[in-house]
Amino acid sequence: MTDQTIGHVNDHDDSHADHGPPKGLMRWVLTTNHKDIGSMYMWFSFAMFLLGGAMAMVIRAELFQPGLQLVQPEFFNQMTTMHGLIMVFGAVMPAFVGLANWMIPMMIGAPDMALPRMNNWSFWILPFAFALLVSTLFMEGGGPNFGWTFYAPLSTDYAPPSTTFFIFAVHMMGVSSIMGAINVIATILNLRAPGMTLMKMPLFVWTWLITAYLLIAVMPVLAGVVTMMLMDIHFGTAFFNAGGGGDPVLFQHVFWFFGHPEVYIMILPAFGVVSQIIPAFSRKPLFGYTSMVYAVASIAFLSFIVWAHHMFTVGIPLVGEVFFMYATMLIAVPTGVKVFNWVATMFRGALTFETPMLFAVAFVVLFTIGGFSGLMLSIAPADFQYHDTYFVVAHFHYVLVPGAIFAIFAGVYYWLPKWTGHMYDAGLSKVHFWMSFIGMNLTFFPMHFVGLAGMPRRIPDYALQFADFNMIASIGGFMFGVTQLLFLFIVIKCVKGGPKAEAKPWEGAHGLEWMVPSPAPYHTFTTPPDVK
Amino acid sequence: MQLNPAHKTIIKATATAVAMFAFVFWVMVPLYNVLCQVTGLNGKTDPNPYKTVPAAVDTSRTITVQFLATNNKGMNWDFKPSVHQVKVHPGEVGSLNFYVRNPSGKNMVGQAIPSVTPFEATDYLHKTECFCFTSQPLEGHEEKDMPLKIIVDQDLPKHINKLTLSYTLFDITEMNNKRTAAR
Repeated sequence: MTDQTIGHVNDHDDSHADHGPPKGLMRWVLTTNHKDIGSMYMWFSFAMFLLGGAMAMVIRAELFQPGLQLVQPEFFNQMTTMHGLIMVFGAVMPAFVGLANWMIPMMIGAPDMALPRMNNWSFWILPFAFALLVSTLFMEGGGPNFGWTFYAPLSTDYAPPSTTFFIFAVHMMGVSSIMGAINVIATILNLRAPGMTLMKMPLFVWTWLITAYLLIAVMPVLAGVVTMMLMDIHFGTAFFNAGGGGDPVLFQHVFWFFGHPEVYIMILPAFGVVSQIIPAFSRKPLFGYTSMVYAVASIAFLSFIVWAHHMFTVGIPLVGEVFFMYATMLIAVPTGVKVFNWVATMFRGALTFETPMLFAVAFVVLFTIGGFSGLMLSIAPADFQYHDTYFVVAHFHYVLVPGAIFAIFAGVYYWLPKWTGHMYDAGLSKVHFWMSFIGMNLTFFPMHFVGLAGMPRRIPDYALQFADFNMIASIGGFMFGVTQLLFLFIVIKCVKGGPKAEAKPWEGAHGLEWMVPSPAPYHTFTTPPDVK
Repeated sequence: MQLNPAHKTIIKATATAVAMFAFVFWVMVPLYNVLCQVTGLNGKTDPNPYKTVPAAVDTSRTITVQFLATNNKGMNWDFKPSVHQVKVHPGEVGSLNFYVRNPSGKNMVGQAIPSVTPFEATDYLHKTECFCFTSQPLEGHEEKDMPLKIIVDQDLPKHINKLTLSYTLFDITEMNNKRTAAR
């Protein structure tokens, strides 16, 4: 620390900088420390990842062969619905909030998040929200069975009685996300170290700032749409009931006005993580930093004007189809800028392929495949053919599994030495990567073919001609699923011990987070660092 | 009280979240309804009776208007039009009845929801009298002929010579009960 940065900021806070956290369970219940809360978010999201993954295993086991073998169609529908809800709201979103909690204060030189007590609350709402959601599976009539998009009237007139609990669970998740987002915005805009201008911020911080704005813009829309469902079910309103003057198509408009920005909420922080990792292992600065920031902002803006491409087949006028088709295609431009910049960063760099880099490179390649199938789907006339087939399933799993989830793995492997103070088992982590890579492609690539051949999604049985590809997908799915237990083992082993990690375990890495020792002390940057 | 910059950020962000929640109810829903009415999206017709304007009947064109009656899932009434199609000149009044019978022993309330195809013709099919403007309470085993009077607008686009007016009959008994209970 240089002299001029010490001063008035250096007051009461560092009086307890030297002691560690309190002991016992209450440490975790009462903690306001961003690192504790970040860790809890990560563990929670991993638990949800395994639960949602277990449901995916049920789905793949049933689809291993044509015909009904293991579960009833009603239960199968609950599995597809809960798998989607848990993975989106329980696994991917909290994992990125966990990374944000851990890394944003350390990357901008802040002592903690701006609102530590609210941070505690936004985490602790989640276990209750998901306990409520999962408990619906054991209620009379079963859990939600209408798909994660819960289209009315399936989710109103024809829904199981447990839907009310589902609605309250979604409300709680929304409250948690909105509070988390407000916290991120307040932290980034107000707690940056002197000299850390907006255009000097690491890209992970930038992507999270924009994601947080998306969250406060659309999570209330989700809360609104489930509130309308609640009123339709219990209070005799008719927002989505044509018999009372409403319109079920309105549901789809409101839902996707939330839903499309939501998919960028899940991918923008992934862009940020990858933009940290690729320069570090290419030993070059990120190519086109400014254009990366503008590309993320453009994607966020465009996400608000493309929602109806999810509903090309519901009957919208030709001008609508054409507008939403071209607006959707436009997103390929800023996304292409990003992919180009990542490739240009690697071009002629001194590349090494440590585990974070493996996941990051796989991200770039496989996310691009998912992007291309997205472009195919954006063509309105072609979408009439693809709509509600496994091609759509293949598309969104290609952007979410090797997209969002690989980026989370990459981030964990990149920052784990900083969190635990130990190096993880590099050999095992590479096994984890290759098993995940092969398993994931085996699972989802054949889905493109069966989808184009006409296999509908969300069904427990299928025509015989799809049998071979489905068996391959199931084998890949089991492989991917089992591999994640290896990941759990690697992380636990690393937490327990391992070779001592240096403050900066990756020689090419840059950023304030590498200036503090490993493991990161309980309190960091109680006096702001000097940013050049 | 002096607000520090962080408080201002928090207040703005919270206000945005609250405003977006309100946006769903007070902007998106009305906007959608207005858009549907203006564009005829989803074939939604005007829910109020059409006020006739005196205009010459255009005998140079004959338009076929077909009628469909569908029961929504769970609705057990008998429901059918007296004729399946009428041929009218634009400006001329076409009238017919829809027969309805409640075969159950219970008092029920039905609501017919109209829809026109093709969408672009929605605004040119006027109803001066329609059973769909109000809900229809029927006692157990009661039957009824419900009148419908239509006029095809003289401005109907030239390439359209056949329209379909489809009614879906909804059982709104339970919704009415909930509404009464909620008050």
